[in-house]
Amino acid sequence: MGMSKEDASNPTVAVLILISVILTSLGVYDKIAQWAGAGTAVPVTGFANSMCSAALEHRSEGLVLGVGANMFKLAGSVIVFGTVAAFFVGIAHLLLGTNGGH
Amino acid sequence: MLRGNQTWWFENRPVIIGAATVVGPDEGDGPLAADFDLVHPELDMQQKSWEKAERLLLEQATDFAIQNARIDKDQLQFYVGGDLMNQIISNTFAARALGVPYIGVFGACSTSMETLAIASMMVNSNSADYALAGTCSHNCTAEKQFRYPTEYGSQKPPTAQYTVTGAGAAVIAASGDGPVVECATIGKIVDLGIKDPFNMGAAMAPAAVDTIQSHFNDTGRTPKDYDLIVTGDLASVGHPIATELLMRDGVPMDQTVFNDCGLMVYDISRQKVQAGGSGCGCSAVVTYGHLLKRIAKGELKRVLVVATGALLSPLSFQQGESIPCIAHAVAISGKE
Repeated sequence: MGMSKEDASNPTVAVLILISVILTSLGVYDKIAQWAGAGTAVPVTGFANSMCSAALEHRSEGLVLGVGANMFKLAGSVIVFGTVAAFFVGIAHLLLGTNGGH
Repeated sequence: MLRGNQTWWFENRPVIIGAATVVGPDEGDGPLAADFDLVHPELDMQQKSWEKAERLLLEQATDFAIQNARIDKDQLQFYVGGDLMNQIISNTFAARALGVPYIGVFGACSTSMETLAIASMMVNSNSADYALAGTCSHNCTAEKQFRYPTEYGSQKPPTAQYTVTGAGAAVIAASGDGPVVECATIGKIVDLGIKDPFNMGAAMAPAAVDTIQSHFNDTGRTPKDYDLIVTGDLASVGHPIATELLMRDGVPMDQTVFNDCGLMVYDISRQKVQAGGSGCGCSAVVTYGHLLKRIAKGELKRVLVVATGALLSPLSFQQGESIPCIAHAVAISGKE
């Protein structure tokens, strides 16, 4: 579609997330994961699956306290530790004289 | 009557006059399918939540058990039940539907024999003419509460077990036609420090061994007195450990058939259930469905069911606690 390598990365991730959510909703993602292991858990598909499965599971407890409160039950720790790790990497960059930049 | 240290001897010989089992699709696909009263083709059973589906299983099983016993609901004096859910909520709702005086117990997967023992003791001591014992579990409610969301793609190790979707109930009466509950050995908590909730068979095996040995010590019986001894849900990891521990302690388990409900309820070579079945429903549907029918046919004369339970909570294992385990044994025999 005439996109450069950089331009194509965002739509690719979006498509992977969409596929993961659809497979989770159809109830086959967990079966693929039992066979594929880390192959499904490590990429962005695993993150999408963790949010989608939690949202589905807790739908019966309502939209706010069920879906809203539980969606990040598994994914939340990825965000927390991702942010903490980024913080320390940023400090390391600063101390090593790279001025916080890339 | 107390015999030995921890065995109730039922000298009035309470009788299981009716029992029923209701299961889900995976159990219906297993080798014991023909022995169950009702097989649901779908896990959700057209209910809005997994919890409602589990409750439906138990309500149907208790209704069928009362029908099979050919008594009226009003004749029933007590209902003893338990399940795996927080605050044993499936049983509370099923007891609401029954409208019978109710005692809720929690023994994790050992609940099946715990409730049968208590109900038999009530009948034996003339505290009840008819008492109902029941339990249930659902694969998806257990996954949701103890592990991850059901659709979450986690890879389970081969030592993990698959919670049985099923419910079993039995009506115990002072007299009537059916298998006799001879005695029950109540187990104590055994905890050898295993912390892995994906290896509960190994954690529970020592508890089963302790209860089996206590049963033989208290009653003076030997494995030869039983046509079949089954453990509740030790599955392919825990059951060989239990066999080895018993043989090491000089209990001649080779004189009987020693099997496990978690290995009987599924075909573990064909079905994707890892090490085998587990859950309250596991020993309940195998005992009330399969074993009672074989006793009625005369294929088995006397059976010892040793239901094993891992009494962990999601909180306790996250806080790094080990898994306390228990086993309760009930001896059931055909009518002479």
